[in-house]
Amino acid sequence: MTPLNSGSLPCLRGVHGLPPWFKVLSERRFVNAVVGYSLAVDRTYCQAHSTGAGRLVDGAAPVSAMSDLLAARTLMALSLGFHIVFAVIGMAMPVLMVLAERRWQRDRDPLDRMLADRWAKGTAILFAIGAVSGTALSFELGLLWPTFMRHAGPIVGMPFSLEGFAFFLESIFLGLYLYGRQRVGERAHLLCGAMVALCGMASGALVIAANAWMNTPQGFDVRIAGVVHAIHSPTDWPIGARLAAAEVLAIRPWEAMFNPAFLSQALHMVLASLATVGLAVAGVHAAMLLRDPENAFHRRAVGLALPMALIFSALVPLSGDLAAKHIARHQPVKLAAAEAHFHTESGAALLVGGIPDAKAGQTVGALALPKLLSILAFADPDATVRGLLDFPRDQWPPLIVTHLAFDLMVGCGLAMVSVSALAWWLARKGRLWRSRGALRLLAMAAPLGFVAIEAGWVVTEVGRQPWIVRGMMRTAEAVTPMPHLGVPLAAFAVLYSVLAVVCALLLRAHVLASPTAAQLAAAQTEPGHG
Amino acid sequence: MADLSLPTVFGLLIAVSVWAYALTAGADFGGGVWDLLASGPRKTEHRRAIAHAIGPIWEANHVWLILCIVLLFVAFPTAYAALLTALHIPVVAMLVGITLRGAAFVFRAYGPADGTWPGWGAVFASASAVTPVLLGVILGAASSGAIHLDTTGQVHTDFVSEWWAPFPWAVGAMVLALFAWLAAVYLTVALREPALRDDFARRAMLANLAFGGCAALAAWTAREGAPHLFAVLTASAMAWTMQVVTAAAALGALWALHKRRYALARVLAAAQVSLVVAAWAVAQNGQILVGQLTLLQAAAPDGVLVPVLVTLGLGSLALGPAFWWLFRVFGESR
Repeated sequence: MTPLNSGSLPCLRGVHGLPPWFKVLSERRFVNAVVGYSLAVDRTYCQAHSTGAGRLVDGAAPVSAMSDLLAARTLMALSLGFHIVFAVIGMAMPVLMVLAERRWQRDRDPLDRMLADRWAKGTAILFAIGAVSGTALSFELGLLWPTFMRHAGPIVGMPFSLEGFAFFLESIFLGLYLYGRQRVGERAHLLCGAMVALCGMASGALVIAANAWMNTPQGFDVRIAGVVHAIHSPTDWPIGARLAAAEVLAIRPWEAMFNPAFLSQALHMVLASLATVGLAVAGVHAAMLLRDPENAFHRRAVGLALPMALIFSALVPLSGDLAAKHIARHQPVKLAAAEAHFHTESGAALLVGGIPDAKAGQTVGALALPKLLSILAFADPDATVRGLLDFPRDQWPPLIVTHLAFDLMVGCGLAMVSVSALAWWLARKGRLWRSRGALRLLAMAAPLGFVAIEAGWVVTEVGRQPWIVRGMMRTAEAVTPMPHLGVPLAAFAVLYSVLAVVCALLLRAHVLASPTAAQLAAAQTEPGHG
Repeated sequence: MADLSLPTVFGLLIAVSVWAYALTAGADFGGGVWDLLASGPRKTEHRRAIAHAIGPIWEANHVWLILCIVLLFVAFPTAYAALLTALHIPVVAMLVGITLRGAAFVFRAYGPADGTWPGWGAVFASASAVTPVLLGVILGAASSGAIHLDTTGQVHTDFVSEWWAPFPWAVGAMVLALFAWLAAVYLTVALREPALRDDFARRAMLANLAFGGCAALAAWTAREGAPHLFAVLTASAMAWTMQVVTAAAALGALWALHKRRYALARVLAAAQVSLVVAAWAVAQNGQILVGQLTLLQAAAPDGVLVPVLVTLGLGSLALGPAFWWLFRVFGESR
């Protein structure tokens, strides 16, 4: 049964034994203040599901249950949103670090060595934060969504187990790379760096396999009301059945891992990470060049990072197209929500911007690009694209958030290609270093990839609501019966804010600070010891 | 070991990852404890030696905890859900501790060289001391038999009474002392300078005595706080033998430290910790939630356990040499 009505409420009285500060912190008012933003943007969701929550707790205090659900969702979003930044850097930064190291080993130019060392320092700081915030996530899945993990944990166990090994290897080789320069041979050192990059990407792709399963769950047999169903594809699920009330009989872990959403999601994420980090690194070093225009160190950094930004930001739209074609077939509600597309029609227009009005069943103020949605979804200008009104209202995700996040992602992605192409072209002509305007543009574009990635995760996560396992388990069914979830939410919000600020300060001091003339000279005269 | 069924193998694997975590990451936490307690004329050297020893390896060591938690939810999802629901509060506190410890360590390591950020050293040290206690509380509460399930497998909890009890906190203190003991013994081997070795040998001895006291306290509180555990550990001749051997290893390690035979002390200390973990695993008595769920009852379907087991085997083939290389490169050449 659902967590809230199976005998756990009567024993909540034990909570009164908590210390007073705990109770104060967990007052509903406080919780609401913390999640106020979330409450505002999630109004659609609340309205659509308050009846569901009422049923869930048998009429007992649906409002506070909803606050806890919102707090749980906000904490999960906060933790994921925080971790993703570091995970992305952990995937892509080692690539840059290895490129610089390889150039140093080939050309023996001390600038490359200095770059490799500084980028390695940055990687070390950010990897550690990624490692600890990732640990928190592996617990939070159970802390916040125990009913989900109880039923789905073993089904998504394979990618998580594999990810454990990838993470092990990544940490080991990072330790060897960072601290082992003087202790292992040069080629072995480069190999360690390459292994860090490889394992980082593998680890990212594997976590995404588990997330993809939540979008397109399959690979198991269940017994529901005495009948056994083999779920070889998400469409095998008997509509209306609840995973929380089903008994999982058999699991096919590989079928679960290689679910329909896996390939497009993992590819999109890995490519986006490389593009994001490439552009961010080029951008921050461009910002340093604005202050210190002649600095050869920053020029070299931009020169190395910019091609990576260009190549991968040009590839990301292709993987995005693959993802769009996937969700058009497998997750039509998400596509309709992301595109604010209400009416099923052929030759559907793509709506850019605008506010989807759920009550009126239309989107106002959008720019309509004729037939483009049909092309995007099915590569056919006359294809029929199903609209939101084809689906029950209680299965719509929050529309405004999903649609605007999608537009934000695409907008940032297009800006990334344009800026990196322009900067690369100017650099090839030798004009980038003298053009303050172009450098400023590049600097301003530095955070675009991260914005796009966060927005993309909002599309895929919020766009899956109200489900935690699409079509099978609602998010409200999965949440922990633990009350006062505003407390851990507040704690992690404070913790992550502090960590973010300190990280930024450290990176500024260590990675970005222009090397002084003395440092550069020392590097020139003393190759091999940085 | 009556039969080696698949769930039992997974139970053993969880015990093995707890064991590996204690021996490696445990010592990293212990290092932080000695950073916190650093005193005397050589305290700066102590702190430097600890940071040096932990630096390259703590992240890799830390992954054992993730492996442990992944094995738990893959193989015994009902237990995972029940534990993280009932122990929500100490687990959140532990996560804050883990996050602060790791973050503060890199912040200190990469902070301004002029030492203008002494705060992060203190955060690292205190988080290193608090987190093992919480780990112990969680482990103690999980094994105490206080976590109850209803007939549908849903946990029945007030979120507090399971861990707010003497036994889990006695286990917490025990884990703290154990980690500090390991760290100090490892440092006597890793360091070369005799004065520093003597410092840590003395600290190690104190920590092991403290461990003995905490273990006695845990045993005493277990009579009421964890009756199942207490019964198993006092019932059979084998259990008593195990405890006598553990005590012998502990005393042997103290003797070896006294004789400055540090390498021998390290082997005996590791043996002692291994035996403590083994005793805990044996006392679980084939149950994943003591008094509620056996390993067999809680196990996920074989269809996932077999492939995951094969994957773990193949993964270890890659992991083994990598770990061997890591420890060889940074092992004892200081």
